[in-house]
Amino acid sequence: MAFFLETLLGGLMAGMLYSLVALGFVLIFKASGVFNFAQGAMVLFAALAMARFSEWVPLYLGIEGLFAANAIAFVGAGMVMFCVAWVIERFVLRHLVNQEGTTLLMATLGITYFMEGLGQTIFGSSIYKIDIGMPKDPVMLFESTFEGGIMINKEDFYAAIIAAALVALLSVFFQKTATGRALRAVADDHQAAQSIGIPLNRIWVIVWCVAGVVALVAGMIWGSKLGVQFSLTTVALRALPVVILGGLTSVPGAIVGGLIIGVGEKLSEVFLGPFVGGGIEIWFAYVLALGFLLVRPQGLFGEKIIDRV
Amino acid sequence: MFYRENGQFKTTYRADQQIFPIAQDRLALLIMLAIAFVAVPMVASDYMFRAILIPFLIFSLAAVGVNILVGYCGQISLGSGAFMAVGAYAAYNFFVRIEGMPLLIALVLGGVCAMLFGILFGLPSLRVKGLYLAVATLAAQFFADWMFLRIQWFTNYSPSGSVSVSNLQVFGFSLESPLAKYMFCLALLAVIALLAKNLVRGAVGREWMAIRDMDVAAAVIGIRPMYAKLSAFAVSSFIVGIAGALWAFIYLGAWEPAAFSVDQSFRLLFMVIIGGMGSIMGSFFGAAFIVVLPIFLNQFLPMLASLFGIEMSTAGISHAELMIFGGLIVWFLIVEPHGLAKLWSIAKQKLRLWPFPH
Repeated sequence: MAFFLETLLGGLMAGMLYSLVALGFVLIFKASGVFNFAQGAMVLFAALAMARFSEWVPLYLGIEGLFAANAIAFVGAGMVMFCVAWVIERFVLRHLVNQEGTTLLMATLGITYFMEGLGQTIFGSSIYKIDIGMPKDPVMLFESTFEGGIMINKEDFYAAIIAAALVALLSVFFQKTATGRALRAVADDHQAAQSIGIPLNRIWVIVWCVAGVVALVAGMIWGSKLGVQFSLTTVALRALPVVILGGLTSVPGAIVGGLIIGVGEKLSEVFLGPFVGGGIEIWFAYVLALGFLLVRPQGLFGEKIIDRV
Repeated sequence: MFYRENGQFKTTYRADQQIFPIAQDRLALLIMLAIAFVAVPMVASDYMFRAILIPFLIFSLAAVGVNILVGYCGQISLGSGAFMAVGAYAAYNFFVRIEGMPLLIALVLGGVCAMLFGILFGLPSLRVKGLYLAVATLAAQFFADWMFLRIQWFTNYSPSGSVSVSNLQVFGFSLESPLAKYMFCLALLAVIALLAKNLVRGAVGREWMAIRDMDVAAAVIGIRPMYAKLSAFAVSSFIVGIAGALWAFIYLGAWEPAAFSVDQSFRLLFMVIIGGMGSIMGSFFGAAFIVVLPIFLNQFLPMLASLFGIEMSTAGISHAELMIFGGLIVWFLIVEPHGLAKLWSIAKQKLRLWPFPH
């Protein structure tokens, strides 16, 4: 029982991390109808920027102290992501308005290659560390209830809390601010939004920027967990089933989807894996998402797809 | 002046319904075939065969297959790499486990296995559409990656996980020299591409295109979506499977599952989009572009760098390649979202009127 709960909790926390990446997909799809395959590259790019800045700040600015250096690096990386968002909007999206979904998807794949190359050219291609002072030691819970207690990773726990806080912040931003309202209007209908005077181009820059910051947070957490390296881009492939399971257009969907996928992955790996040779996590997530899709083709919380002839 | 079809009167239904109804097209095709079969083998070097021509032929074949699914039937697939892998490993198992199995039959059986796999993973397309389907097809990709890595039976219990074939021959001819490999791939490609071209203009092809343009409307006028979609998945993955088997047998010789990773799927999709969706001709353009571009960049970038006196490391070059590749893809999508095949058809239209535009 304790082991089961431990796996379950581990899955839930891993799920929160997936939803962090999935959130970036959903934000951009909602606001611009672009299925952004470059999200993984953005995570890598942001993490690389963050890692190198936090290395350079004590070196060149002489600022010591982990927190100060990390804060400056975070702001710096955030600014880099803003530039990325602006460049993407100015040089790619603006020219591809009204194209089909596939074309846009391919364009983001092109952006992926470009950003992978650029990020490694600017920031180098070795493995870097992000040290944001996360505790690495595990803690035991419920030692009185179960024999041996439940071991959870403190780092995962904090990461899950950061993810939850970010989601809460984003929902406030979307629901309560004027910009958030404009974003939702654009998401509902581009043309209607434009006709009442919402500047489409600026909204897209903002939404890519927000997605960039989400990628930065995701990159920071994943980077401090796994180290900043090229394989960080595969995190996006792990997050894709989360997105389609939750629905491409739903922020709560990304969270719930993340939790379901996280738990499903861990449970399948632990309880099903040994029978078939292990390593089934990644395809099991996709098959799980596919199973949900067969019942609800638009994902759990996605808008219902209505076919009109 | 040279590309006019007026004056070519058709007096029989057969003549009207042939695959290439315009005489110049037939002539051009014959010339192309003559060049490919006769002229190229005489002039090309071994390096040309190995690095450019054979990959180009095999990827063209795969791109034709993907184009049938994505371009003609409108079902976006990111699992083409998996279909290639299934084709390759199935052909390998037939080839190695059955004594005296002819290569050609092993390849076709590999294609058949890929076809069954494709139909299985095509089933969700009956319910899931568009981008959701694209992501769902990734399930096939990761499942195949896992299957060939973890289930030892498929790799014939080879300890390193990599498998190899040797001593290939067809009808008594050895396929060891690059020239023989080239000819073999070319012959297969020519036959399959012609079959595909014939298929897409017939009833099945028209059903696919109706489904692509609007599946509800197609269902209303009496096209069975299940039959149309699954047949597209079947034909497509059969061709892609054969291409995968060729890639493994002829080009690689020895391979492991990483040869058919998700990158391969993306690359195939790029070929189809850059070449032109819904065009057999476009598949060739796309394959040529994707095969030749990295080689070209690889040769050209160090030259350019040394011209400006910049020292470029190997890593720097590979990063610059990534950037240029990505940038070019975006640029292509912006200037010609319908692909190279569209440029080709514009050129043909211009040729019709040239040199008297009125």
